[in-house]
Amino acid sequence: MTSNATNPMATTCYPPAASGLTYNPYAPRNVWNRAMNLLAALFATIAVLPLVVVTLYVLYKGGGAITPAIFTELPPAPGLSEPMGMGNAIIGTAMVTGGAALVAIPVGVGGGIYLAEVARKGWFAQSIRFGVNVLAGVPSIICGLFIYALVVNTRILWGESFSALAGSLALAVLMLPTIVKTTDEGLKLVPQELRMGALGIGASRFVTITRVVLPAAVSPIATGVVLGIARAAGETAPLIFTALFSPFWPDWASGWGLLAPTATLSVQIYNFGIMPFEPQVQLAWAASFILVVMILAANLLARWLAHFSAS
Amino acid sequence: MTPSIADAIISCDNVTVNYGAFAAVRNIFLDIPRHKVTAFIGPSGCGKSTVLRCFNRMNDLIESFSMKGKVLFHGQDLYGPRVDPVEVRRRIGMVFQKPNPFPKTIYENIAFGARINGFKGDMDELVETSLRRAAVWDECKDKLQESGLSLSGGQQQRLCIARAIAVEPEVILMDEPCSALDPISTLKVEETLHALKKNFTIVIVTHNMQQAVRVSDMTAFYNAVDMEGSDGMVGYLAEYNETREIFNNPKSKDTEEYVTGRFG
Ligand SMILES: Nc1ncnc2c1ncn2[C@@H]1O[C@H](COP(=O)(O)OP(=O)(O)OP(=O)(O)O)[C@@H](O)[C@H]1O
Ligand SMILES: [Mg+2]
Repeated sequence: MTSNATNPMATTCYPPAASGLTYNPYAPRNVWNRAMNLLAALFATIAVLPLVVVTLYVLYKGGGAITPAIFTELPPAPGLSEPMGMGNAIIGTAMVTGGAALVAIPVGVGGGIYLAEVARKGWFAQSIRFGVNVLAGVPSIICGLFIYALVVNTRILWGESFSALAGSLALAVLMLPTIVKTTDEGLKLVPQELRMGALGIGASRFVTITRVVLPAAVSPIATGVVLGIARAAGETAPLIFTALFSPFWPDWASGWGLLAPTATLSVQIYNFGIMPFEPQVQLAWAASFILVVMILAANLLARWLAHFSAS
Repeated sequence: MTPSIADAIISCDNVTVNYGAFAAVRNIFLDIPRHKVTAFIGPSGCGKSTVLRCFNRMNDLIESFSMKGKVLFHGQDLYGPRVDPVEVRRRIGMVFQKPNPFPKTIYENIAFGARINGFKGDMDELVETSLRRAAVWDECKDKLQESGLSLSGGQQQRLCIARAIAVEPEVILMDEPCSALDPISTLKVEETLHALKKNFTIVIVTHNMQQAVRVSDMTAFYNAVDMEGSDGMVGYLAEYNETREIFNNPKSKDTEEYVTGRFG
């Protein structure tokens, strides 16, 4: 080590270095650093703990009912304990959520493209963005009520009142803001140079958007879509007013099952969870477990999509 | 000050560009000769890229952009009311300052532009000749199906040059195409420019004086001045002449100082 006398650049403003360059585990900054790392790790664990506990608890309560029959049988009549199934609710959730996605994806992605690529910053785009943000904050029960008033009560869909289709519409309204926002944000992340590159070789705006900009943003868009679907799939309140419930298999005769009241997992949990019959309560737990697993799977799919198109 | 150019393909007639209230360049009169290489030189921020982007309406994408004056291409006003900017950009291609390959395979990067421009010939052959002309074939030939983004920055830039050449526009605008390239690939690209000159008109922005001397027939020197009644510097065309004249016999003191490297 050079002493101050021989080093003309050294000043007296800093304390002299203690022990060269070796790591000193007892230096206050290193102790502090490790303590903080530990604390952060602790909080991170607490944050994911509910997920683990919920999944385990739900499995503990409903696990007994998770048999192959659950996918192929109907729930028992009140007071009976046979058959133990909820195939109708699983199909119903798939139908209602799938229908909602079919409505919300084109509208939402189209709207996001319009905001990011066409309208950009004008007052019109800004007010739509504001509206979408508000819609994202609207309680889901109000979406249900809205579709109830608009579709169910007026019997506008081929004279039917409660139906899977009405449930799809309510969930579509819920999915829409997520999809519009992630599309908008995802497209905004695409660098302007890329658009210029496409335009610079004579691509039209349509070709630029569909062939260059959208593929570049496909991963955030797909992630947003999957998360939007997963979020809507677990909703109960909007379905109580729209798809209602049914203890039977979908009525395939009425609009391929879309125009009749339909059972869904979330509403089944709501209906069965508070019944005074043990088999029903157990089925409610089993439905909870299936729902949690479905949402988990959707999130994993979203991550995989993000990873897949990033590479 | 402006030399008389017999065979002008692009001409600027009193072009002034504003970004919002900010004047970027003003009062440009300039004739770009056909089948020649024209270099734009000048200090940073004096509006070289701005003028270049006016030639193929790339500035249309910038919201605050506004332009006064006329840009004529074969005597036709590029900013006329019935002009289709897509058609303009098919005839006047561009290579950008920052490499911007599409997130597609190397092969697709070239084929995409050709296909949307209605190319009918042998696509494999076009991809190969374009990459060869841009001096990047050897580095790409074994990974044509890999993403264009997997190339290094300099290779990406040459891929972008290949992409621009592949659609065979009449004019190729190049904004500092070699700023990210090593000297060897720079020389290769310059050879390409010499070869392309027979069929294309090239306008190139460069900060490299030797490059301007090596590749260009004409040189336009831009400069920026503090303008009264304007915030900040406004660019203008200080001197435009044959490259030989600009570098050996400049008319103005500023030009001489810039090309000899004594510029502040
Ligand atoms: N998109 C834009 N919005 C607003 N101002 C801009 C924009 N692009 C350029 N300018 C301004 O216009 C002026 C000229 O910029 P330009 O990019 O044309 O300079 P340049 O000569 O190409 O510089 P360089 O050599 O650094 O590339 C600069 O003062 C810049 O701040
Ligand atoms: Mg520039």
